[in-house]
Amino acid sequence: MRRDGSSFETWLLLGPALLVLAAITLYPLVRTLWTSFTDAQLGGGPASFVGLDNYLFALKDPGFRAALLRTLYFTLLSVGLEALIGVGTALLLQERFPGRTFVRVLVILPWAVPNIVNALMWRLILNPEFGSFNALLLQTGIIGQYRSWLGDPAIALSMVAIVDAWKNFPLVAFIVLAALQSVPTDLYEAARLDGAGPMARFLNVTLPHILPSLLVILALRAIEAFRVFDIVYVMTRGGPADATKTVSFLVYQQYFSFLDAGTGAAYAVVIALLSSILILAHLRAMRREGSH
Amino acid sequence: MTSRRALRFAILYFFAFLLFLFTVAPVAWLVIMSVSPASDLVTVPLRWWPSSLDLTRYASVLLEDGLFLAALRNSVIAAGLGTLLAMAVAIPAAYAFARRRAPIAILFLILGTFMIPPIVYVLPLYETLGGVGLLDTRTGLVIVYTAFLLPYAVWLAKSAIDALPVATEEAAMLDGAGTLTILVRIILPTARPALMATALLSFLTAWDEFFYALILTGSTKAKTLPVAIADFASGRVTDYGMVSTVGVLAAILPIVLALLFQRSLIAGLSAGSVKG
Repeated sequence: MRRDGSSFETWLLLGPALLVLAAITLYPLVRTLWTSFTDAQLGGGPASFVGLDNYLFALKDPGFRAALLRTLYFTLLSVGLEALIGVGTALLLQERFPGRTFVRVLVILPWAVPNIVNALMWRLILNPEFGSFNALLLQTGIIGQYRSWLGDPAIALSMVAIVDAWKNFPLVAFIVLAALQSVPTDLYEAARLDGAGPMARFLNVTLPHILPSLLVILALRAIEAFRVFDIVYVMTRGGPADATKTVSFLVYQQYFSFLDAGTGAAYAVVIALLSSILILAHLRAMRREGSH
Repeated sequence: MTSRRALRFAILYFFAFLLFLFTVAPVAWLVIMSVSPASDLVTVPLRWWPSSLDLTRYASVLLEDGLFLAALRNSVIAAGLGTLLAMAVAIPAAYAFARRRAPIAILFLILGTFMIPPIVYVLPLYETLGGVGLLDTRTGLVIVYTAFLLPYAVWLAKSAIDALPVATEEAAMLDGAGTLTILVRIILPTARPALMATALLSFLTAWDEFFYALILTGSTKAKTLPVAIADFASGRVTDYGMVSTVGVLAAILPIVLALLFQRSLIAGLSAGSVKG
């Protein structure tokens, strides 16, 4: 039965989904590609073909390169923190202690807070004059005077990445927690008998078991972090001094502030190609995970 | 031995407490800000507990401010209808991938295109919707959300159907039941919990969506909650408590849903993102 049924019927079942996706994703994809070879202006007249000019411009444009590096930094910091906090949380929630269920339930909270609410919540907390973060650090004596967390180009991007990690670490924690259930307990016993300490047990027993799932979810998170836009839009609008202008934000401005569709589309195609590397890695890992 | 146990508990509770503070404190502070008198929020040193309970902001947002309610309605419609349509299209497709000879490569292609950043799709969508008069309409947004939710919904629904035993379907088939009958009479009821989780995840994703809504809508006719909140927060509001109130109100629904359906959401998330 599994591999049964007429192939006409199969395509009938798939038809609506393929139709919707062809119209709303495939067509825009092809059209963005086409626009990238033209000098089109948003709302402007007919565009003419300019070959690779937009790409040559994009490759030489220091603004685009800087935005790419910022996006890469943001992605690495956010996903790195999520891995650290997520695995730590999973290991803690794996232990048995009274009240564990309560903590487990609450860990979903950051994940459930909508992106935009998360951004404005932290913008208020990090407010330079009246924010609670400054108040907390000053009243506990960690800092001597209030400082501007989002107004300082040296740290603004890191702060935004930390805020992103706060919202997304629960996802990593839950995936790792699920993977931890599959670690055979007798392996721990054997390791303990061999005299392995907690750190050695983690590295030699736990980590190899959770690594495949961990890599899949981190790849997924990296794909998401690479397209960051929402929290930048609400927290910093790309500032201060472009310090948080990531690639999505740059293209957004190219399109809707400078109305330069051609160059914007060329940037977008480069972004699509770069994220395709991550996407292919993720899908391959996902397939491998699924095969056993 | 007992002292070692005590030490273990002390360490566990220390970290559990840290985790508790880390996850709950920012949200708790948002709630506190929303009910503090405006003057409390601009004092240095900061007052951590409100001097009096101020609920007037909730009253004004919910009862007087038409903007918030309009955005709430747009969000419910865009996310709700988008989810329904995506599920209606996704379930037959998922069945084709799980039980028929539909090439799995197509599924991976669908998932791959879905993961490409929205900035790559947005300009043609903006121009096309503008061309057919659907810019700044809920209909336009529902169409885009249907496509946006579809790949993940197909993927999750496929793993839900994969998990079902084929025996019932085989028996029904021998009795002469067609594919539509099998879908409606067998797949829908037996896979219901997993399909509900799929729908819930889709709904939460659409509820959270900001980028498309920002660009494809502009007025209260179609603007969703995230866009309305972002507008509001970047406007000339001097009362931080007001911004917090709007934030709390927009977060309540997803938080309640996540807490109520935690178990099935997490099962869906791990099936969707890790298992192939």
